[in-house]
Amino acid sequence: MIWLDFERPIVELREKLESLRLTASEGGNVKEDIKKLEDEINTSSQKIYSNLTSWQRVQLARHPNRPYTSDYIKLMFSEFFELHGDGCFRDDPAIIAGMGKIDNKPVVLIGHEKGRSTKERMYRNFGMANPEGYRKAMRVMKLGEKFKRPVISLIDTAGAYPGIGAEERGQAQAIAYNLREMSALKVPIIAIVTGEGGSGGALGIAVADVVLMQEYAFYSVISPEGCASILWRDANKSAEAAKALRITAKDLLELGVIDEIVPEPTGGAHCNPEETAKTLKRTILEKLEPLLSTPPEILVKNRVKKFKAMGIYAHSKV
Amino acid sequence: MISDTMWFKKEKGIEVTTIKREVPNGLWVKCEECGEILYKKELAKNLWICEFCNYHFKISARKYIEILTDEFKELDIDIQTANPLQFEGYLDKIKTASEKTGQKEAILIGEGKIGDYKIALGVMDFRFVGGSMGSVVGELVTKAIEFALSNKIPLIIINASGGARMQEGILSLMQMAKTSAALSELADAHIPYISILTNPTTAGVMASYASLGDVVIAEPKALLGFAGPRVIQQTIKQELPEGFQKAEFCLEHGLIDAVVSRDKLKKTLIGIFDFFGVGKEEIKQEINN
Repeated sequence: MIWLDFERPIVELREKLESLRLTASEGGNVKEDIKKLEDEINTSSQKIYSNLTSWQRVQLARHPNRPYTSDYIKLMFSEFFELHGDGCFRDDPAIIAGMGKIDNKPVVLIGHEKGRSTKERMYRNFGMANPEGYRKAMRVMKLGEKFKRPVISLIDTAGAYPGIGAEERGQAQAIAYNLREMSALKVPIIAIVTGEGGSGGALGIAVADVVLMQEYAFYSVISPEGCASILWRDANKSAEAAKALRITAKDLLELGVIDEIVPEPTGGAHCNPEETAKTLKRTILEKLEPLLSTPPEILVKNRVKKFKAMGIYAHSKV
Repeated sequence: MISDTMWFKKEKGIEVTTIKREVPNGLWVKCEECGEILYKKELAKNLWICEFCNYHFKISARKYIEILTDEFKELDIDIQTANPLQFEGYLDKIKTASEKTGQKEAILIGEGKIGDYKIALGVMDFRFVGGSMGSVVGELVTKAIEFALSNKIPLIIINASGGARMQEGILSLMQMAKTSAALSELADAHIPYISILTNPTTAGVMASYASLGDVVIAEPKALLGFAGPRVIQQTIKQELPEGFQKAEFCLEHGLIDAVVSRDKLKKTLIGIFDFFGVGKEEIKQEINN
C-alpha cells in the first residue's frame, strides 16, 4: 500500500498497532492498549478524511492503487467481452470498450484505463487517449444505440494525449464529434468520474443523462499544475490552484455540473475496492432503472436541455 | 514603437554599422510572419493580409463583420459575465478586456446578410482574454445556433480562441458540451453550419463547435489544434515538425475542408449557400432572451 503525505499520522499509528500486536502474539498483555490505539486510528482517519483539501483529493484521485476500469469490470460485471479498435487506424489501449452484463442487464461499457504495472501503464499510455480511443468509444456507443443497449462510461484520465500523432489524426475533431453525437445518442448514458476528470479528454466520453462523481474524484477544465504554471508561473502552487478551480465532487454538485456523489470507503476507493464497486454498481442500477423506461426521443431532449442549461452568468436588467 | 534593425556583416577592419529604422507609430506595421514592413493603409485595404507572405493578421470581430457581411445587426442579449468561482482578479480582467475592445465578451453574435442570404453569425475576438470561452461565450454561441434554427437560416461562426476559460473552471469545460448539444439540434434540422477557423483556434473551442461545421474552412497559416505547441513539446520533448498545426498541415491531414483567403471568403460562402439552398427566406422570429 502506498501512503500519501497527509496520511502520515495514520501510518504512524498503524505501525504502533503492528508492534503492539506482535507483543500480544508473544504473550504480552496489551489488549487494552490495542483497543485504545484502534479507536485512535479511527478517530484520526475520520478527522483526516473528512477535512481533505482539494489538493489532497487530487492526490487520492490519482492514487496509484485506485481501482481502474478493468477492476470495475471484474468487480461489477458478470460477463464482459472487449471490443477493440476504431475500425480505421488502431486499437487505443487507453480506453477500454465492450459489451457486458451488469446485474444481468446488457450494457455497453467504455472507460479510460491507466494500467497498473509500469509496463502496462506505458502500454495504456497512462490512460491518455489518442483520437482513435475516442473514435473506438463512439463506435461502440453507436453499437449500443443500434441494439438499444445503455452506455456506462467510466472517466479517469489526466487528459487527452497531447502528441504529434494525436494532432495529425484530429484529437480536437474526435472529441468534438463525440460531444455532439453523445448528446443525441438514443440510449441511456450514465457517466461516472472515478478518478481524474481531466478536461476535454474526460468530457469526450462524459456527455450523459446522469453524470456522477465518486467522492474523492475531481473534474477540471485544466490540471491544477497547468493552472498554477499559467497563473503564477509556478507549478508548485498546485494546491492553491486546485482550491481556486473548484474541482471536487462537492464543488461540481454545487455548480450544477454533476447529479450525485457516489460515496467511497474511508480513505478512498483503493482501501476497499470491493465495497467501492458494490456501491457504484448499486448506484448505476438505481439510475439506470428510470432511464430504461424513458422513450429515446425524450431521453435525448432532456439530455440536450440538461447540457444547454450549464453555465453561470448575470443579467443587467432585472 | 515599431522598429527594425539591420545588421551589416562584420568584416575585418571595418567597424560594425547598425542602421536602426524607426517607423512612425501607427503608419507602418511589421508582418508577424515574414517581418516585412507594411504600410498600414495598404494593409487595411488588403483586408489585413500581408502582400508578401499571405499572412492573415488577427483582426477584431467588428472588422471581420465589416469585411464579410453586407448587413449586420447585433443581437442584444441581456447577459453579463459573472464570477461563479469567485476567482481572484477575474472580473477586473474582463473589465480591462471590455475597455480595450469595446465589447462585452469574446464573441459578437447577430443576424446578417451575405449576398442574398440571411445568416446567423457569431464572430470571436481573440483580443478579448484570448478569445476564451466561459459561460457567456457558450451561451451566446448557443443563442446564435438557436437563432439559425428558429429562422431556418445558415449559421456561420468565425472562430479565434485559445480554448476554454480557466477562470470559470468546470463551467467553461461544460460550454463545450453545451454548444455541441445545441449543434446536434441544428444538424437534426438540416440547417447548414459553416465554421471558419482563424489564427489561432485551439483547445476547448477547437474540440467543440469550431470542428463541427458541415463545412470547415480555415484562413491560411492559422494555428489550429487541440493542445498548444508548447504543451506538446513539453510532453514529447522533441522538436515539432515544420508547419505543424498550421491550416495547411491540417488540410494535408484531412482535418479541414479547405483553406481560403480572407478576400475570397465571401464569394466562397455564397457558393456554399447556393449549394445547400437554405437561407433565402425572411427572418421570421426574433431571438428570445
